[in-house]
Amino acid sequence: MTTAQIIFLVVAAVTLGSAFMVVTTRNLIHAALWLVATLFGVAVMYALLDAGFLAVVQVVVYIGAIAILFIFAVMLTRKEMRDQGPQLNSGWWMSALLAVLTFGALVSMLWGWKDMEKVAMDMPVGFDSVSALGDALISPNAFVLPFEVASVLLLAALVGAVYVAFNPRHGDSRK
Amino acid sequence: MDFLKDPLKLAADWLIGLMTGWGMPEGVATGVAAFLGIFVLIAILMVIDIFLVWLERKVVARFQDRIGPNRLGPFGLIQPFADIIKLLIKEDITPANADKVVYNLAPMLSMMSVLILWAIIPLAPNILGVGVDLNVAALYIIAAGAIGTLSIIMGGWSSNNKFALLGAFRQVAVMVSFEIPMVASLLIPTVLAGSMGMNAIIEKQNIWFFILSPLGALIFLIAAIAELGRAPFDMGEAESELISGYNVEYSGMKFGMFYAGELLHAFTFGGFWGILFFGGYRFFGLEDVSPFLSIPILLFKAVIGYWIIMWVKYTMMRIRIDHMLAFNWKFLTPLSFALLVVTALVHVLFKDAAPWVYGLSMFLSNLILGWIVVEFLRRYSRAEREKVEGPAKPAIEAAGH
Repeated sequence: MTTAQIIFLVVAAVTLGSAFMVVTTRNLIHAALWLVATLFGVAVMYALLDAGFLAVVQVVVYIGAIAILFIFAVMLTRKEMRDQGPQLNSGWWMSALLAVLTFGALVSMLWGWKDMEKVAMDMPVGFDSVSALGDALISPNAFVLPFEVASVLLLAALVGAVYVAFNPRHGDSRK
Repeated sequence: MDFLKDPLKLAADWLIGLMTGWGMPEGVATGVAAFLGIFVLIAILMVIDIFLVWLERKVVARFQDRIGPNRLGPFGLIQPFADIIKLLIKEDITPANADKVVYNLAPMLSMMSVLILWAIIPLAPNILGVGVDLNVAALYIIAAGAIGTLSIIMGGWSSNNKFALLGAFRQVAVMVSFEIPMVASLLIPTVLAGSMGMNAIIEKQNIWFFILSPLGALIFLIAAIAELGRAPFDMGEAESELISGYNVEYSGMKFGMFYAGELLHAFTFGGFWGILFFGGYRFFGLEDVSPFLSIPILLFKAVIGYWIIMWVKYTMMRIRIDHMLAFNWKFLTPLSFALLVVTALVHVLFKDAAPWVYGLSMFLSNLILGWIVVEFLRRYSRAEREKVEGPAKPAIEAAGH
């Protein structure tokens, strides 16, 4: 086994373990912190795949913004941090079956794939993946349309959030 | 001569050679050498950190017309060691009902978020042993800041103390919102240098980026001070209202971790200010002589930046939190995005022109944007004043009375 494989297995185990803790722990803040560990594990995966930009963005967006917002929301809305009620509802076996089937399908598909054993090529020395990504995002031959559509969607969500949060009665004092 | 050019690489090669000579596989030897490099860097940083405590206390004393530590050793230089001994032998208190694991994890994460920043600081042009020339270094600064934010909310929540929780909420509000002007101002050196890597940014600074984009440097400094949670943005600590904010329940060395982390953070951001806008380790060709000269140049610039951050901290009053948020969202964020757009436009229009034309147009565009902002602020504050006091009287009539 190579060093990269050992690191991958350790990171994967930690990521899956913390993901399991997210859904089983009773303490909501702990669940959010386990989620941070999971997301960090995913960031390490990206780094292992030489995708430095994605790894850093994963940390900035998911840990720096989304997880922090989760923690804020839990702290501001819950009086009791401990979740009481049952952790499983009556349909649990259906989701479990679905999860097992999906996993089985993915494994059997990858098993039959002939390039499964192939090792990825090393990046050429001096290859700047960040500028390649930037070019791809604004090039008409690549992803400029999905990129722009996604940004319009985000802008619409932003305006919607401001509209929902805005209270005209004591929002703007200058009226 | 090799030793003078690249001492760290030489030392690492010698070490790897020694360990492979003992029969260690080369991969393991490289790993051990890299680990030792990181260990030595962190050890040096911690020693610098000790003297930062002394520096901070001396400087604040001068600002407040005092002498500062002067009893132990020459100029009170041994005082920080006495502080450390005090912190180490203090009783280590954990509040009742505190969340123990999270409570103990928070100071470590706080210190870690600062130390990992040094992974991307280029100390000298060709030192590769310790630093990494990451091609997304500018974003990495923000990512490290995200971990710092997390440590503060963890410390504030797990202390089981309302003051700590309030302090953490305020501090995190500051840090999350000032991240946006910070990202925008980090993109300005990126646009100017055409790369996010720290080495590339330094190599491109034949003219300091501070001269090309003084407004960008100013926005970065303001955002950095907010990120540090230092005055005037220290409402997370706010001694007079919250006692000490998120770290109120910590005692002994755990408090020391937060405190030392904050000082080292300020020093590090002084260094980043120097790297991004003042040429980093470059100083009129002095850096080409030897890395032994470029490291002191960088540290000197970091100390200057740190001194400016201290200067702001000890002469400014705390801003109220709603003013701070309004300042960020209604003023600094639009300004930083406007500056980014202007910088990118000027860069595209003049990048093929002579360097002096490029530099002059960059500088002038910053100047014009700054002038527009000042003019806009003047109009706005006059309108606000008129709303409170009624329309201003013409000067001649006022003089006649």
